[in-house]
Amino acid sequence: MGALEAVILTIITASTPLLLAAIGELVTERSGVLNLGVEGMMIMGAVCGFAIAYTTGSPLLGVGAGLLGGVGMSLLFAFLTQTLMTSQVATGLSLTLLGLGLSGLIGESFTGLPGIKLNAIDIPFLTDIPFIGPILFGQDILVYFSFALVAIVTYVLFRTRTGLIINAVGGNHHSAHALGYDVVKVRYACIAFGGACSGLAGAYLSLAYTPQWIENMSSGRGWIALALVVFSSWLPRRVLIGAYLFGTVWIMGLYVQAMGVAIPAQLLSSLPYLVTIVALVMISGNKTLTRINTPACIGQPFAPER
Amino acid sequence: MNESALSPAGSENAAGTLLEARHIVKIFGELRANDDVTLKLKPGEIHALLGENGAGKSTLVKIIYGSLQPTSGELYWKGEPVTVANPAAARDLGIGMVFQHFSLFDALTVTENIALALPPGLDMADLAARIQTVSADYGLPLRPDALVADLSVGERQRIEIVRCLLQEPRLLIMDEPTAVLTPQEADQLFVTLGRLAREGCGVLYISHRLEEVKRICHDATILRHGKLVARVDPQQETAASLANLMVGSEVAAVKTAKGRAPGEPLLELVNFSMATDDPFGMSLKNINLTVRAGEIVAVAGVAGNGQGELFAAISGESVTADVSAVRLSGEACGGENITMRRRRNAAFVPEERIGHGAVPNFTLSENVVLTHHAIGEGVVRNGLINRLAAHAVNAKITEMFDVRKGTPDPEARALSGGNLQKFVVGREVVLQPKILVVNQPTWGVDAGAAAIIRQALIDLVRGGSAVLVISQDLDEIFEIADRIAVISRGELSEADPAEDMSLERIGLLMAGAHEKANQVGETATTA
Amino acid sequence: MKLILEKRSEQSRAMALLSPLLAIAITVVIGGIIFASLGLDPFKALHVYFVEPVTSLWSIEELIVKAAPLVLIGAGLAICYSANVWNIGAEGQLTIGALFGSAIPVYFTTWQSPLTLVLMLVLGGVGGALFAAIPAALKNRFGANEILTSLMLVYVAQLLLDWLVRGPWRDPKGYNFPQSVPFEGWQLLPLLGEGRVHIGAIFAVIAVIALAIMMGRSLRGFEIRVIGNSPRAGAFAGFDQKRVVWFSFLLSGALAGLAGICEVAGPSGELQPNISPGYGFTAIIVAFLGRLNPIGVLFAGILLAISYLGGEAAQVELGISDKTAQVFQGMLLFFILACDTLILYRVKIVSGRPATAKV
Repeated sequence: MGALEAVILTIITASTPLLLAAIGELVTERSGVLNLGVEGMMIMGAVCGFAIAYTTGSPLLGVGAGLLGGVGMSLLFAFLTQTLMTSQVATGLSLTLLGLGLSGLIGESFTGLPGIKLNAIDIPFLTDIPFIGPILFGQDILVYFSFALVAIVTYVLFRTRTGLIINAVGGNHHSAHALGYDVVKVRYACIAFGGACSGLAGAYLSLAYTPQWIENMSSGRGWIALALVVFSSWLPRRVLIGAYLFGTVWIMGLYVQAMGVAIPAQLLSSLPYLVTIVALVMISGNKTLTRINTPACIGQPFAPER
Repeated sequence: MNESALSPAGSENAAGTLLEARHIVKIFGELRANDDVTLKLKPGEIHALLGENGAGKSTLVKIIYGSLQPTSGELYWKGEPVTVANPAAARDLGIGMVFQHFSLFDALTVTENIALALPPGLDMADLAARIQTVSADYGLPLRPDALVADLSVGERQRIEIVRCLLQEPRLLIMDEPTAVLTPQEADQLFVTLGRLAREGCGVLYISHRLEEVKRICHDATILRHGKLVARVDPQQETAASLANLMVGSEVAAVKTAKGRAPGEPLLELVNFSMATDDPFGMSLKNINLTVRAGEIVAVAGVAGNGQGELFAAISGESVTADVSAVRLSGEACGGENITMRRRRNAAFVPEERIGHGAVPNFTLSENVVLTHHAIGEGVVRNGLINRLAAHAVNAKITEMFDVRKGTPDPEARALSGGNLQKFVVGREVVLQPKILVVNQPTWGVDAGAAAIIRQALIDLVRGGSAVLVISQDLDEIFEIADRIAVISRGELSEADPAEDMSLERIGLLMAGAHEKANQVGETATTA
Repeated sequence: MKLILEKRSEQSRAMALLSPLLAIAITVVIGGIIFASLGLDPFKALHVYFVEPVTSLWSIEELIVKAAPLVLIGAGLAICYSANVWNIGAEGQLTIGALFGSAIPVYFTTWQSPLTLVLMLVLGGVGGALFAAIPAALKNRFGANEILTSLMLVYVAQLLLDWLVRGPWRDPKGYNFPQSVPFEGWQLLPLLGEGRVHIGAIFAVIAVIALAIMMGRSLRGFEIRVIGNSPRAGAFAGFDQKRVVWFSFLLSGALAGLAGICEVAGPSGELQPNISPGYGFTAIIVAFLGRLNPIGVLFAGILLAISYLGGEAAQVELGISDKTAQVFQGMLLFFILACDTLILYRVKIVSGRPATAKV
């Protein structure tokens, strides 16, 4: 395996969880809901995915469990913010704190156990093509799914009535309500979708990225995914670009270290976080871009007027 | 226009009723928003629903449109009992509604906005073509691919109407449609409504503008405090008799201060310009305005033409580098913030009482501190708040303005619109400011509160203050203003004496030459 | 059956007091159920968790040691959140505060004077404030979301600390352990009494009283609450939102930094890679449980400190994971938020759809 090939393969593994989580949060935010609990949903997806894969021996069941773990957490969030009309910011924070705690408790008995890796799909002949083969045809199912998801979400959001309704609910919930759309129901669905995607992202971490359970293994990826949504100005194709940019940054540190450059490892490890801040600053400074695409109702609780 | 003299043009079933609401009751908590209301409407009839703010008109139409369910009572459609479970069910029956606060989505196109109100499964290109046809047909030009955010208020209303027309409604509900239109735009709307009525469509027309009700409506139902007061033929009534039915008692006529010689200029804007950095905002261009001691000057205009920006510029919420462009009592203060301007004995009342003029979940005495902290009777001393002083101011406002409330110091949001408006205006008037600027002084308040507020403004002027009123309500403007200026697209016309201004002239100024040119251009492209 | 929320015309004062108590009660009940499902006697487990930490002198002292940083940080965050400014990077500000303060013993190892300690404490506060100034500046200047920037900086701060104690600041006589030189004499906080309680506890009480007066009585506190509730009304009152962002970030950062240096110069006595068991994050819960009110924060800080101690005790006595403490803390915040709904709304349970007549 050539060095470049290896680099590209690791970039893909580093970018996939960011892409999955960010695309889910994008849909949630388009419906006007800011769920800051991505990190918590992701880590729950990771621990559920690992636990089930380990006990059943089936990584695919693990992926399913990760998805459900994320959905479960997101429904907690939805119940509080949509039914009880709590503050979305505070509830999202508490979802993250709860997820980190709960996953630590659940995962305690799984710490240090050998993991089961989600197998790459192996297509005879195609995968064997040098260089291109392993990159294009040798990935696991979640990588392919993450790309498909970008296409599907783009199509649904901008070409279908479902997408029109999601954008309408996020753009002006009072108008949507007046026209007879069930704002709360649409938001429940979009929150659950975001939870499913975050759960998958977590399962990817514990089943493919580093196939084992490590406490706090999401290490801020959920927050970076949130930043990616802002960075992409709520456009799915830009999420794709952004996720791979950040994935590259994440991996770069490892390679620079491996090459023996005398830079403290900690500085390299902090690069993704610093780059996130820089990216946020750059995109936020661009008022017109952020203003036009920002879902107008984001973060606002919806209570139908009487 | 003369269709008002005609009888309802019900072609299909002249004797039958289209919609009947019987004994509707709707209770919110302890409030009976509708209390045994009955309404009957024939095909081809333009039926006025009259009442003050808070009389229950909106509740009733929301029940008819399925946005709300009645506590008790029945609806009949073409003689059959129906339950309208939600707006989609209403649309299936053939009921369309044009909301007062439009139900539109800024970030979506005209076509997308309309598609959201139609049943699923439409081809967007087909729909765009139909929008072109129907809008041109009814004289309501629209560009299907335009973003709503870029459209004027009048154009937005056209979207709402076209959205209803595409569903070939049997009944069209319009909630205060002319409140946001220029007189000329309103005339165009009446032509459209007349045509719909002739085609057999019923129109339920909510308004408190009695002249236009007399002009176009065949029948009228009047509500007061949630109860049905009368059903009358508007042609047989005078505006005054309709007003009495609505309000229930004679509202004290405002004693004007007109005809006094104004004194020295207290508020001046000199070649004032301010660009907006808000993509949805309006830039102010080269504004000149003088308000003298002892006079009320009114700024008329359709919403969204720069009124908010003008208010911010005068109050100091926006400051300008051109210091001498704003003068208070003759002194240049364009660079001063709102607190410094308040110290110059100027006071301000913004348009939105909730969230701008007052913090909704703060008590009234806390809301006193909001504008009195740097001035007034020692509400703040040495950086500490004197609660007793704030309570005293609140008590004074309550007494002077008859603010009705359940407890002495409730949260602002617990007050009704009229009472809260009396509070936010009163909070400034008790300071006896030399300069008072009020944006929409009586928007959405009942007649009693409006009269108290207008009288307070006039009394202030009699005492030698200068008052600037920014208002969309032309009746109000003619009632209290000495001079009238019109704002359109961020430009302000010269303020002329009220007696020299006619409705028609104000309408032309509101539209502005600019707007006319635009309309001609659009008609050309859509045709 | 359907849950209906009916908005109250005013906030319920009774519920504002009851809601945290209700949340605690629900957490305890759910906790009991969790213990029972783990095969433990729920009453004994709850006793170990929530009662034992306040029964012995030793544990009460331990409680104060843990509560002090939580209260210090929580009080600052309560001000931030009242202003609708979302500083969630207190853990990072704590870390940088600890680093700034520790620079004195690291670089002037032998300097012993009361001034040493004063300077360390001041530097701690300054360090936290400076680190908090970054998200404040980015928010005010570029409109960058402070939630994300302040959180990202936590990771950066922890990596910086990690690098320092493993690299330049490592104690040469420390057998290669990642730790700084041990602090001595005036480099350590004076103790109150015989145990481990140090003067950080007094700082916490002073901070609570000062901030309670500020929020309750002063125009500055009023300004913060107005801006937090309604920025437009704040602008109308002549208050400057950016100034409030600066003020609340610098204040909460300084308090977190002070808490950081107090941890290092108190219980730890040296810099290590892990100087805090997540105080900066737990303080978020403290701020909410305390109703964003400094006095409330004092009680909330004590309660959360109990959960830390209870977690340790449960590990020793019952053999269950100390992770349960984190779960309890997370649940508690969830239930507070849910119960707070009762302040603004009445909950009604209606059978069937309300007032839908015949079809």
